[in-house]
Formats: sequence, C-alpha cells, structure tokens
Amino acid sequence: MIWNEHHECMDRQRLTELQGERLRDMVERIYFNVPFYRAKLQEMGIEPGDIRSLEDLKKLPFTTKQDLRDNYPFGLFAVPQHDVVRLHASSGTTGKSTVVGYTHNDILMWSEVVARSLTMAGITRNDIIQVAYGYGLFTGGLGVHYGAEKIGASVIPISGGNTKKQLQLLEDFGSTAIACTPSYAAYLGEAIAEEKLDRSKIKLKAGIFGAEPWTEEMRTQIQQLLGLKAYDIYGLSEVIGPGVSMECACQRGMHIFEDHFIPEIIDPETCEVLPYGTLGELVFTTVTKEAMPLMRYRTRDLTRLHIDKCDCGRTLVRMEKCVGRSDDMLIIRGVNVFPSQVESVLLEMSETRPHYLLVVDRENNLDTLEIQVEVEEQFFSDEVKELEGLRKRISGNLTSLLGLHASVRLVEPGTIERSMGKAQRVVDKRKLK
Amino acid sequence: MIIRQLSVFLENRAGRLTELTGILADNDINISAFSIADTTDFGILRVITGKPELAEKVLKEHGFAVKITDVIGIVMRNKPGALHHALQILTDNGISIEYMYAFASGDDRATAVIRTDAPKKAIEVLQLHEMELLQAGDVYQI
Repeated sequence: MIWNEHHECMDRQRLTELQGERLRDMVERIYFNVPFYRAKLQEMGIEPGDIRSLEDLKKLPFTTKQDLRDNYPFGLFAVPQHDVVRLHASSGTTGKSTVVGYTHNDILMWSEVVARSLTMAGITRNDIIQVAYGYGLFTGGLGVHYGAEKIGASVIPISGGNTKKQLQLLEDFGSTAIACTPSYAAYLGEAIAEEKLDRSKIKLKAGIFGAEPWTEEMRTQIQQLLGLKAYDIYGLSEVIGPGVSMECACQRGMHIFEDHFIPEIIDPETCEVLPYGTLGELVFTTVTKEAMPLMRYRTRDLTRLHIDKCDCGRTLVRMEKCVGRSDDMLIIRGVNVFPSQVESVLLEMSETRPHYLLVVDRENNLDTLEIQVEVEEQFFSDEVKELEGLRKRISGNLTSLLGLHASVRLVEPGTIERSMGKAQRVVDKRKLK
Repeated sequence: MIIRQLSVFLENRAGRLTELTGILADNDINISAFSIADTTDFGILRVITGKPELAEKVLKEHGFAVKITDVIGIVMRNKPGALHHALQILTDNGISIEYMYAFASGDDRATAVIRTDAPKKAIEVLQLHEMELLQAGDVYQI
C-alpha cells in the first residue's frame, strides 16, 4: 500500500526536475528573508539566479547545528512570526536547545510525510494507534499524531511513560499499532511478560520505532516480546521531525521523502559529496519548508544511500540504519569505532545487558580501549573460570568485529550510570590530557 | 547437611567490601566463614552467614549480584592427616572439588567448606565413612 503514489513512485528524472525547481525557489526565499543565509551566500559570491537545477546544490554552503544555536531562537526563520503556528525545540543535551518553527503549510507537509510513513507499516483508517512518543516540545508525539489523523486511524495520544496505563489501553482498546522509542517498546514488552498479561488480548501488529539508534538484534527482541512487526522511522526536528524517512514492508532501508528533503552523503572530514552506496554523513536540504528551511544541514548521522528500485514499487532513495554519528565516532589507533557496534555484540550475547561504557585512554602514546560491561545477575557464576570465560568471549567477539583489541571489564549490575535522555556511552580520557 | 552459601560479585573498587560488611552489620547478620577469589578486575566473595535469605535480600536491594550456592562443611580433628583423609574419600568416589576454603574452630576442630558439583553424593560417601558434617543450623545461628 502506498499513500501518495504520484510522489513516492516518481520517475527519477521527473523527481530531479521537481527537486531542482523547489531548490531554486527555496534559495530565493532564504536569500531574501534570512539575513544569515544572505550573508553566507554573498560571501561566497552566490546569487539566487546561480542556482538553476539540482546539479547546483553542491555549490551551496552547509548549515550546522552550531548555526542553529548561534541564531537562537528565531534567527533562521524565513517567515514573519504571525505565520509561525508551531514551535518545537530539542532537549539541548549537548548545549543550548535548537528551536524549529512550522507554518500551517509545514504542518500539512509533515502530516503528509508521516501519513506516507504509517502507510508503509500497513496502518490504515481501520487501525487504532497508541502514540507513546512524548508530546510537547519533542517532535515525536505530535508528528506521528497528525500523520495518523490524516490517515484516519483512531489515535490514542497517551504520550510516553505511565506503563501501567499503556498496558491497560493495549488490552482494553485493542490497539493495533504503537509508536514509541525502541527502548520503551522493549520495556513495555518486558512489562507484559512480568505482569503476565493475557497475550491473546494484545492485538498489536505494527510498531513504529525511532528517535534513537537501535540494532537488528533489538528488532528481533521487540518483535518477539510484543508479537508485532517492528518498523524503523527516522527524523530529526531540524528537518521536520519523525517522517523524514521510513521503512517499507521490504525492510531494506528507509525511503527518504526526497520531494521534500534532498539527501546527500558527504565525507565528514573533507565535506566532499560521496556517491551512492558509500558510508558518510547525511546532509539534508529542506526544499518545501516555509518557516525554517535549511540549506545542506549536516545531521552528523552516518549512513549509506541506495538508489536501486525497491520491491515495494517506490523509487525513493533508501537510507540504511545509521551506524553512528560523525561526532561520536571514535578513532582508536586509526580504527573507527562506534558505540552502536559494541551494543550489537553485547545484544547478541544473552549473558550481558546492553549497559556498557567505552573508556578510551592513552598509555605510552598508544590508544587503549576498555569496555565496561554489566554482568547480568542471572548469569553471574560463583566460579572464576566461568566469569573469565565470559569476559574472554565478549572480548573475542568485540575484537573480531572492531578489528582492534578491546579489553573487557566486568562490572556489577546497575553501576553504569543510567540516563533518562541520551545515554552516555563513551568516556574519552585522551582529551583531558 | 547442605549449607547455603552466598556468592557475591565484587568489583575491585576501594571500599566495596566495606559497604557489604556494613549492610550485613546493619541487618544484624553474622558472618560465619568467608573467602574471596580474586582476579585483576573483580572478585567473588563466598560467605556463609546467619539468616542467608535475609542476607541475599538486603544485598540484592543494595544492587549486589548475589547467588546462592550449595556447599558442604566437613568437620575434622585439627591434626596432621585429617584433611587428607577426608579428601581421599571424595577422590576415591570420583567427586571433584571446584573450590574450598577452611577455618579452624575452637582448639581441636577444623572445618573445610567444599563446593562440588555433586554435594548430595559427597554427603552420602562422607557419612558412610563416619565423617562429621557441619549442620546448616550450626552455622546460620552463630
């Protein structure tokens, strides 16, 4: 099932032309309405007339998260305040929060891309969807909410948390779909098992999970716990929120709604544009957004794009699950290491929990990597040889995956600090020296 | 005859053992015997306490990874050859020892705490040879 066949299955050449037209229009809008962008373009000697087709995209300068912070709160808005009907903001865990604005048309466009996304997960007007993403400044809840309403599904705006109520509504209302973060989905699944709920009363068939990185192993775990098919959704508030891209039933990556968001993959060091299939940093240009269009916004997310046609019939480019972020990628003795790689090894092993910490240090000018892993209480053995064996197995698996020796330190359960927001996975002591 | 021993996973972190003994003290739990197996990074504390269920509960509440292990305690005369005699019985019956620790109690008696994968069989053969075994009640109530 496809929500908008015209735009999702467009011939590539027609799509490129459409993107070019929309890009031209967007550059003109920001040139005349956003002093920050005008100054940036003038500095580079670019005038709106120089941008004629999609080919010219690479001439344009990048926008970074720092630019958003420097222009806090409304400096990048391209419309007068009376046209802004909604404001969202990021949590600001890594500094001042970033603010994004939406016009009425932006909200309509957002609903459209979320409607397309939910349709990919097989959700129709006959479904009951429990929206367990947080409502509020965070874009997750309201983003999915409007898209679900556009489809005509019955929306339960329960927001995040309140697990007992979530379970009760799953049973009483017979929710057929749920949208939340993957970690909360896993938590709900465990709660169902603990409360010994009657599984036959749980009618869930689809889950729309995003807003944080997760692995294939976690997908398997959630699917087993909740008895549904788990779909990956991607988005970031700077671009629109959830619904920038979404996995179809083929689950071979997430289709990016390219008629609204033009993706590029760049080398995070040199900023050179890389070809399809190459790993690099994802960059978006939001060509249809009115309130806060962004020109070549660097997401810091690392992924690959694939252009070959998907079996679902959509021609839209597919992005792989992000392997990490260009800003939390560690380079240890010349090897790129992402915390998500460590997580996937630990999740494959049943004896450990995915609570871990990477400690990077330098001894005698040589980088060292220690991975602290919590010992799951039920697998704690009172024999040294068993625990040493476990430690060696983890270390061996990590070393073969990372291509670099990692020493593993077993720590007591509950000792790695828990975070309510983004988990702190890395301590890099090298920077302190 | 089977004694419920607590095994606790301990990180090699300053003060961690003191935290544990503090929790036991606060809950009025006496320690009858213990040993620590240690590696560079972590240790395993094996401890026989009074009120083992309570000890397990309060330690878990404080976030310790705790496991109950069944062990046996052989009571011997505190004199040369006594331990050898007891071990010979186990060896002759094909019972292997995973770990053990011992303590002398009083003037002429010593106790060896033994962890084996066949505690019931060990008890049987030791009794057959008229060896004295530590009663669970004896240690828990100290």
